[in-house]
Amino acid sequence: MSGKPKLHYFNGRGRMESIRWLLAAAGVEFEECFLETKDDLIKLQKGGSLLFQQVPMVEIDGMKMVQTRAILNYIAAKYNLYGKDLKERALIDMYVEAIADLNELLMSHLFQPADKKEEHFATVVDKATNRYFPVYEKVLKDHGQDFLVGNQFSRADVQLLETLLMAEECKPDILARFPLLKSFKARISNIPTIKKFLQPGSQRKPPLQEEDIPKVMKIFH
Amino acid sequence: MSGKPRLTYFNGRGRMEPVRWLLAAAGVEFEEIFLETKEQYEKLIKDGVLLFQQVPLVEIDGMKMVQTRAILSYIAGKYNLYGKDLKERAWIDMYVEGITDLMEMILVFPFSPPEAREKNLDSIKEKATNRYFPVFEKVLKQHGQDFLVGNKFSWADVQLTEAILAVEEKIPAVLSGFPQLQAFKIRMSNMPTIKKFLQPGSPRKPPPDEHYVETVLKTFKK
Repeated sequence: MSGKPKLHYFNGRGRMESIRWLLAAAGVEFEECFLETKDDLIKLQKGGSLLFQQVPMVEIDGMKMVQTRAILNYIAAKYNLYGKDLKERALIDMYVEAIADLNELLMSHLFQPADKKEEHFATVVDKATNRYFPVYEKVLKDHGQDFLVGNQFSRADVQLLETLLMAEECKPDILARFPLLKSFKARISNIPTIKKFLQPGSQRKPPLQEEDIPKVMKIFH
Repeated sequence: MSGKPRLTYFNGRGRMEPVRWLLAAAGVEFEEIFLETKEQYEKLIKDGVLLFQQVPLVEIDGMKMVQTRAILSYIAGKYNLYGKDLKERAWIDMYVEGITDLMEMILVFPFSPPEAREKNLDSIKEKATNRYFPVFEKVLKQHGQDFLVGNKFSWADVQLTEAILAVEEKIPAVLSGFPQLQAFKIRMSNMPTIKKFLQPGSPRKPPPDEHYVETVLKTFKK
């Protein structure tokens, strides 16, 4: 027993990636237990480890935590990445909830049926560049500070960086109209813990490939 | 300007109803502005009031808050309904998130095509009785306390009460295998602030009807 948090999920990004990012950004080492087959999931369920029969599940501080947001909230608060008071927390929450919405769109792209893919891609790009990115560009412009909230590094910065990089994987020039987001990306990527996470050999997972989809579907469906 | 929180949403439950429940449970009076037309919604966007062009919107303590979970977390934190420490908060968050997944199914139900309704209803019943309610039945049985977390009234209790009543509206006998939840429901319904909210004339909204669905679709139509 190592005392390190232990993550249970399949060997891919999915709903666990934001948790990997946040732990890494906080400089917290963690272990991973990968589900390879549906039987692995069933075993966890039967063993009573999954409160609502679902992963992600993170063993941390004596708890078997489930529900991505609950896990992220706990990690953020524990490692002082959640603002200094209720109002900063509120701002951080607003920002990360919207980022989560955009993430859902980005994540669901690969799972679209072939005839819907192009239309869905257009929606993703439209929402990213017209609804979400302009907000964060403006936030950074208005206060001129390095970080999104309270002039201090927080989970909002980590989650925004994660999403900016995922969006660029989808469309490499997607940040073309957003100079402050580009410099934000460079700046946050250079934070030592994040820089380390972005290097090969870290626990960051690659994007899901088309050919992996059937395997993932089999575990969860 | 009254200083009371001001809610902007449709005149119906949707994503704002948990906010109404939580404010009411905390004994906080609030005002409401109802979206009735597309033009009203477009004006809100044009005026720059909606951070991500979406409702719910709650004006509270000088902030124009959006994103349901952000709003609920703020209210829970402000009115001491979020546990006494980080670990209690973690349990409350886990419970609330699970309940939210169940409520999401109820939320989207009236917008599903008629031919899918029966299947969706079965799905709600299955998840409520096999995945979610057993968890809370067990929690209550194991600690034998009145409230879900920390022997104290919290956001989790409010959210679970709302969910139980919403599922019962669709599946009246759904609590038949859950004696702890039956007692919990009665206990919560009798708390003064919640009792008041459950009475006619309160800001609690009725279940969605055709008019509500139509208004929502019309407002968001491109």
